[in-house]
Amino acid sequence: MSAAWKPRTRDQLARRVAQDIPDGAVVNLGIGMPTLVANHLPAGIEIILHSENGILGMGPAPVAGTEDYDLINAGKQPVTLLPGGAFFHHADSFAMMRGGHLDICVLGAYQVSATGDLANWHTGEPGAIPAVGGAMDLAAGARQTWVMMDLLARDGKAKVVAACSYPLTAVACVKRIYADLATLECSPQGLRLIDAVDGLGHRQLEQLIGLPIRTP
Amino acid sequence: MIDKIAASVAQALEGVRDGATVLVGGFGTAGIPDELIAGLLEQGATDLTVVNNNAGNGDTGLAALLKAGRVRKIICSFPRQADSQVFDGLWRSGRIELELVPQGNLAERIRAAGAGIGAFFTPTGYGTELARGKETRQIDGRGHVLETPIHGDLALIKAERGDRWGNLTYRMAARNFGPVMAMAAKRTVATVHEVVELGALDPEAVVTPGIFVHQVVRIPRVATQAGGFKAKEVAR
Repeated sequence: MSAAWKPRTRDQLARRVAQDIPDGAVVNLGIGMPTLVANHLPAGIEIILHSENGILGMGPAPVAGTEDYDLINAGKQPVTLLPGGAFFHHADSFAMMRGGHLDICVLGAYQVSATGDLANWHTGEPGAIPAVGGAMDLAAGARQTWVMMDLLARDGKAKVVAACSYPLTAVACVKRIYADLATLECSPQGLRLIDAVDGLGHRQLEQLIGLPIRTP
Repeated sequence: MIDKIAASVAQALEGVRDGATVLVGGFGTAGIPDELIAGLLEQGATDLTVVNNNAGNGDTGLAALLKAGRVRKIICSFPRQADSQVFDGLWRSGRIELELVPQGNLAERIRAAGAGIGAFFTPTGYGTELARGKETRQIDGRGHVLETPIHGDLALIKAERGDRWGNLTYRMAARNFGPVMAMAAKRTVATVHEVVELGALDPEAVVTPGIFVHQVVRIPRVATQAGGFKAKEVAR
């Protein structure tokens, strides 16, 4: 299948997310694709990164050979601490998430519903070992939950759906979907188009997803 | 005189009973009390309920305790890892019980136990299968789930410096579950890399006050294990 449009690369998508993060925001980047956003934060603004294992002011990966395995992120990779950074215990760290103190969290997803239900922790397949980590706390607790994902699954089915078939992480929590083909807003009224990649029209996008999408 | 310094791991873990609930600190490579887990394996208590963020990695530490058939139930947020093969095998063959808990509920339920809180309502997990069978309530128009405390008979944690009253400081992200687990157990055993005189820890910087700690064991730094340090620091 050839299309008239080209999906955003991982880095282009990370840059698209990063450009919407306001100066001064406290942000948690989920494990996997969202971690890439840290590489594309615009210069000249100050963003504080939170890691659920007890770090605020997380910096980039250390220079090879200087890793310290007491200083790791939620994905268990070595990181650094910026001047002004702080350490704290798990209950304080999750109080930051659950108490509405984080401005934005960016998470991956299996599925997102048009009204912002999120499924990102478990496929629900028999024999699959469930693991949830901090996903439910972030999704329910951050002021804004953004999702970063491909619009279509490997089998071609849309990951933006009317109702999630995978087990839910949280109800009506996702505000925005940053996908490889488009950026969408979720609300109780359904989807609204923010932008799409060049060559992908509004109607084509609606056809791909199979749901109505309002335009600004 | 109060002296919580134990001579050895074996001494600190004397008398742990079968059926105990054991809170084990650590997240990733940081803050895992490896020597205490090895000591528990040696000590022999069985039919344990273990509370940890994960369910063991590789073949050592918690995974070795699981492999030896000593753990009846694990309460954790993230059992599935690239190297969680020991847990995976036990779970698939029905030889271990799993209570999966969102990480924030895990931390807060442990904290609640330490703070004498009977239960609490939280939005985390509302409307998901992890809230199934639990009491719910609408508070200020938002769905909440009732969560109960997790009490430990024993907590095993890794700290950095400690004194004979049991005051503790930690190092970087190795702090993680240590402070809340120390509060929530009838008996808390902490390892430290340095035992200092009373008064040597800055009172403004004590993270876990000694009231929450029962025994402190000094462990030399090693670079080879998970939770170890880079070679430069070991030499220091």
